[in-house]
Amino acid sequence: MAGIVKGYVLRVGNNIDTDQIYPGRYLELTDPQEIGKHAMEGVDPFFLRRLKHPGILVGGKNFGCGSSREHAVITLIHAGFKAVIADSFARIFYRNAINLGLPAIICPGIAQQVEDGTYMEIDLYDGLIRIPGSDTEITVAKMPPYVMAILEKGGLVSYLRSASRIEK
Amino acid sequence: MHALEKILAKASGQREVRPGDIVTVAVDVAGINDLYLQVLQSFREIGTPRVWDPSKVVFFLDHYAPAPTIKSAANQKEMREFAESQGIGGVFDVNTGVCHQVLMEAGLSRPGSVVVITDSHTTTHGALGAFGTGVGATDLAAILATGKTWMLVPEVLAFRIEGTLPHGVTAKDVILHIIGKLGADVATYKAVEYLGETVQAMPLSERMVLCNMAVEMGAKTAYIQPDTAVLEYVRSRAGEFEVFETDAGYRYAAEYIFDVGNLEPQVAIPHSIDNVVPVKAGGRKRIHQGLIGTCTGGRLEDIAVAASILAGKKVAPGTRLLIIPASTEVLMQAIDKGYIQTLLAAGATLSTPGCGPCLGTHLGVLAPGEACVTASSRNFPGRMGSTEAEVYVASPATVAASALAGYLCDPREWLSSTTFGEVKENGWDS
Repeated sequence: MAGIVKGYVLRVGNNIDTDQIYPGRYLELTDPQEIGKHAMEGVDPFFLRRLKHPGILVGGKNFGCGSSREHAVITLIHAGFKAVIADSFARIFYRNAINLGLPAIICPGIAQQVEDGTYMEIDLYDGLIRIPGSDTEITVAKMPPYVMAILEKGGLVSYLRSASRIEK
Repeated sequence: MHALEKILAKASGQREVRPGDIVTVAVDVAGINDLYLQVLQSFREIGTPRVWDPSKVVFFLDHYAPAPTIKSAANQKEMREFAESQGIGGVFDVNTGVCHQVLMEAGLSRPGSVVVITDSHTTTHGALGAFGTGVGATDLAAILATGKTWMLVPEVLAFRIEGTLPHGVTAKDVILHIIGKLGADVATYKAVEYLGETVQAMPLSERMVLCNMAVEMGAKTAYIQPDTAVLEYVRSRAGEFEVFETDAGYRYAAEYIFDVGNLEPQVAIPHSIDNVVPVKAGGRKRIHQGLIGTCTGGRLEDIAVAASILAGKKVAPGTRLLIIPASTEVLMQAIDKGYIQTLLAAGATLSTPGCGPCLGTHLGVLAPGEACVTASSRNFPGRMGSTEAEVYVASPATVAASALAGYLCDPREWLSSTTFGEVKENGWDS
């Protein structure tokens, strides 16, 4: 994973739950490309038509609440999202995102500072969000070293494989 | 330390842990349900040939019980084959029920243990004094490989509940009331403990409702100090365990006090679990389907109260009532006591123990424009089928009364005219 993530913003509201991110009727799917076709269908069946380029999903508070389904992260990754930024995240979604190498960045009030289609760059190491062409620079909390170590490897599976962290 | 901290300290081999510490804990039960074939894919990618301890791994084929599609059948088949190849004996197949209920019945959910399942409602096991938490597929795959997982030691919120619950008001009404007051994210990344005289008076089934719903306010885990009755239940089913207790003078991150002595039946209206009003304020909303079932509201006591309300009566024309016991053990007890006969005679529909239509996959999903009142836990848009359907979350008593009336209905309107004493022995009225 590169330390800088770039993309165009798509915004959603507060309390976006995992049933909206990935409806339960698709839970039997296991092919990531297939899973990626249904991202955010519970918010808007045509949501992905708004996504022309690699995207950054911007949410409100409690993003990803509800079920533990990892499909909710898989679908965003394979739909083309490079990061999620929100006021706050539900615990299991946050963990799943990091485990699959999708940066989940906590930034209260972010949804009020950007619009759909805003192009932004996120510097994960410095904890900065920049909007090229403007003076806007937003400071966000840096991720804990443990979390960054997993993201750098692209997720928990690669992290475990790469470092001989399997004790047995 | 809090009892939950003592559990994590023991599981991580430390004398003491504090909120904010990141610890690596040994897992006592690692559970995988049939939504998560991804667990096996990630496990293979990690590259470890064998699971760390087959005796601590369990599979639950509950979300698709029995399989409604070829794809879900193939996923279940692969899980059964994986379990057999790894020497995993703990496969709770489609003939057993919802993971949290069957784990408890099998004596595998024990005080002092760390229970991790690919299901958000794993907080339920706090009712037995365990540290239960839900994870995603990759986390569980890492546990299969190593037997361990990392955790941030959570702060603990205290919910002190006082007062004698009025007739017809239950744990489900209490927890809806709490979430309605504090919001669906009040406990994110935190643990919650339920304390107070109301909780102490509750039987295990009701305690499980409180802990089950803790995740609906974002909690990582939940806890109720086990009492004599709970420990007797566990001893009758489980092997050895250790009960931890919170030190006197422990300082909670926050404490909330609720007096429920005058609480009325509550309902969460669409489309958020913290959108809670008294049932009486629901405006006689027309109901097309009722559901009594799931890990939240499918226990024997829940079916008993439905039977008491519907005995000798009929579900309203144009309304259907689904009864989906949380487990086969519950179903067999409900048959023994005559509840199932009563409910079927009243026009209810009985389905296989399991998760049922709670997550909108099968066994009673909703059409556009329909409204469902359910004893389950979630009313997100599209949760039980169409995004144009409405889901109202309430107690089993409210579901049964509403199915009878055909509209959202306070169960106390019906309870006074029923032979309510019949179910007292089951703890409903204790």
